[in-house]
Amino acid sequence: MIRALHRWPGLVALIFVTVLALSGASLSVFPAAERLAAPRHVAGQNLADLAARVVATHPGLEEIRRSPSGTITAWWFEGGTPGSAVIDPATGLDVGSADPNPVERWLTNLHRSLFLDDAGRLAMAAGAAAMLVLALSGAALIARRTGGWRRWFAPVRGPVAGRLHVEIARVAVFGLALSAATALWMTASTFDLLPDGAQHPADPAAVSGQMQFPVDRMAALQDVPVESLRKLSFPYEGDARDMFTLSTDMGTGLIDQGTGEMLSWADLSPWQQVSETIYILHTGQGAAVLGLILGLIALTVPVMGATGALIWVAGRRGRPRLRDNASAGRAQTVILVGSEGGSTWGFAATLAQALRGAGQAVHIAPMAAFDPARHPRAERFLILAATYGEGDAPASARGFLDRLARLATPPNAPLAVLGFGDRSFPAFCAFAAEVEAAARAKGWATLLPMDMVDRQSPQDFARWGRALGDAFGLTLELDHQPARPVADSLTLISRCDYGEAVQAPTTILRFALPEVSLWARLTGRGFTRFQAGDLIGILPEGSAVPRFYSLASGNRDGFVEIVVKKHPGGLCSGQLLALEPGDSVRAFLRRNAGFHAGQGRAPLILIGAGTGIGPLAGIIRANARRRPVQLFFGMRHPDSDFLYRDDLAVWQAARRLSRLSTAVSRGARPHYVQDALRAEAAQVAEAIRQGAKVMVCGGRDMAQGVAQAMQDILAPMGMTPAMLKAGGRYVEDVY
Amino acid sequence: MKSLLATLALTTALTLPGLAAARPVTMTTTLTQYGGDGAYLALYVTDAAGAYVGSLWMAGEKSKYYEHLSDWYRATGGDPAEINGITGASVGAGRTLEITLDLADALFDAGYTLHIDAAVEEMRDSPNEIAVPLTAAGAGTAVPGRRYIASFTYE
Repeated sequence: MIRALHRWPGLVALIFVTVLALSGASLSVFPAAERLAAPRHVAGQNLADLAARVVATHPGLEEIRRSPSGTITAWWFEGGTPGSAVIDPATGLDVGSADPNPVERWLTNLHRSLFLDDAGRLAMAAGAAAMLVLALSGAALIARRTGGWRRWFAPVRGPVAGRLHVEIARVAVFGLALSAATALWMTASTFDLLPDGAQHPADPAAVSGQMQFPVDRMAALQDVPVESLRKLSFPYEGDARDMFTLSTDMGTGLIDQGTGEMLSWADLSPWQQVSETIYILHTGQGAAVLGLILGLIALTVPVMGATGALIWVAGRRGRPRLRDNASAGRAQTVILVGSEGGSTWGFAATLAQALRGAGQAVHIAPMAAFDPARHPRAERFLILAATYGEGDAPASARGFLDRLARLATPPNAPLAVLGFGDRSFPAFCAFAAEVEAAARAKGWATLLPMDMVDRQSPQDFARWGRALGDAFGLTLELDHQPARPVADSLTLISRCDYGEAVQAPTTILRFALPEVSLWARLTGRGFTRFQAGDLIGILPEGSAVPRFYSLASGNRDGFVEIVVKKHPGGLCSGQLLALEPGDSVRAFLRRNAGFHAGQGRAPLILIGAGTGIGPLAGIIRANARRRPVQLFFGMRHPDSDFLYRDDLAVWQAARRLSRLSTAVSRGARPHYVQDALRAEAAQVAEAIRQGAKVMVCGGRDMAQGVAQAMQDILAPMGMTPAMLKAGGRYVEDVY
Repeated sequence: MKSLLATLALTTALTLPGLAAARPVTMTTTLTQYGGDGAYLALYVTDAAGAYVGSLWMAGEKSKYYEHLSDWYRATGGDPAEINGITGASVGAGRTLEITLDLADALFDAGYTLHIDAAVEEMRDSPNEIAVPLTAAGAGTAVPGRRYIASFTYE
């Protein structure tokens, strides 16, 4: 909801808001320039003194004004011709033209009304309203993304466009909200919607009827410091009944020209004072520095617009266009999709097409919009749900569980849940399982027990389709060809072989960084930004299903590195181990934020065995800030598969690695990495006390052994691996 | 006084033309190149004693700014009823405002004066920019204003 509130005004108002922002930014320069150009004010000067000086140099004086920036302007009518000039308050002499700056006037009219008078004013006010909605909804999105208002400045990750958008917004949102809110106030004031009209002093019962009282002796003017002057209008020449009209920052009064006494006075109303403050905040007239800051902030609007549009495009890319989507009310089959990256929508579209082929009216909607009351004719609900991170709801399913929990009764039509995920992750289909459990707890009838699709497997999906068809008497053949990720060609630069002697051929493959287009860089696609711990999907020849490997390098290293062990009969590992420098493979990047070392100075405890050292080595290589790092590495034999042996020595010398403990499993006394861990229990416990983060990478058995050892090490401190996991301080990359 | 006001109101309501004792009068106001935004103009009539009689036209539609037409504002208190149905857009620098009204014959050669107050944003207010007696003989004679009006004629 907040996202939609942010997206649509943003896209629609992009042009208006950009014009507003650019013209506003240009205008912000003028108050500062005027401030610099204004003649220096005379300390302690009162209005009587100033008026007397100006009268002396300009007979026929009609009006003196002081702008919020301090510029004094005089207007006179002498010898049948009107005149005006900027005045030096010290001498009363002209120092410049009083004509409005045509550029400023042009910009002002563009900024507030697009030269279209009231229609333009309303359009621009709508632009300002859109800006305010954007600022407020954007702030809510930032808080949601960083994990709360108190984590406002927490680091963000992801593609460049998204990060730039958030990084700028965190600072700019305050200025933009201020500019937009004050703009709306000023528009309301212009259209007379606010009770901030001027207060008029009452007409005096009588005036003295005298003229020619010397201005410099007028008590009512002597009391007014020049700084508080707004405007002093002189009486008509020769009209004894006319009066001086004085406006200051306190109010407006009428002064007898024959006595110099104040005859009548009206204070500024509180509404007027608020409106004037808002005028200052918006225009910077009288607050030049604030104006410049707001102007600079306004310049971020086009950048925010461009990056925001890129985010939107990137988000749409994954979602297929839904053709022939039946209306919510007419649908017999309702398919609800929970997708993060968009691939689950593709499965939903295939499913919908097959059901339509069987004569069904099908409605596809995001899980987040779940509302059974909208589907009175539904005969069945099908939920296709991916999982985000460690079992969280994916983007299009946010709020689903709350909506389900709020239902008084479950829908009548039965439900089938299909989870999508990757078995190599611990939270495989965890969200789908939670949905299934919640639905059962609610008493929602079952159409099919929950099933799962591993790594977008077309076979898994087709199998579930047949079961689904059987459940309501249809023959359902689901033939889904997952859209292959856009793969780049990676060329091998070098390889370093290990393990032949221990019958475990292993190699460190280093590929050149592929060329990346500017578009890909902006949208964060391809091999633009990655770090050790992210995943690379390799598409072996003869298979459409990618195999994933952990990256042992980051983009800053300038190459793509992975560690591969040959699996007997393994298609992908066989092809990779056969590569020679100059050969290439097809590969794509997949981020794995859950296995990043992260920022911070807290120690790292890295634990890996065999090829599991890959991402850990990459983390050590990137440790330019000399964060304390302890590595536990398990191998078969130091003479054969001590991966990164020379590198580790170099990194240790450069203090990128503080401590290395190895375990050797072949020999008279087999020693595993968890044994090495136990041997260093005191050291490890101390590091944990200092806030260390534990990262484990390797096979499932090793990970279980390590978890057991950690359990024992943590127990005396009253902690468990689960507690560390909950705090993001114990992460695993297990295969 | 009361009857005269009523006459004015009738004559300025252009939906009732052809009054026996009225004649169509065209007023042409041309502004100078004063280098500012559009000017607000108030055209109104005072009697021989200088008392406000009624308004003929208001160029400028935001009542918020009427206070800057200070003589007119002081006479009327800014009452919108005074200019109900006789307002139009503000007039740009160098432009000409031409209005035609049925004015009662009784207004001419009877000591009445036609005034124009002018005001421009960010520039000096100019009340009583024009003050010209309404006479049959004065028709067709161009009168200059003080600051913003280059010439004013009625005929």
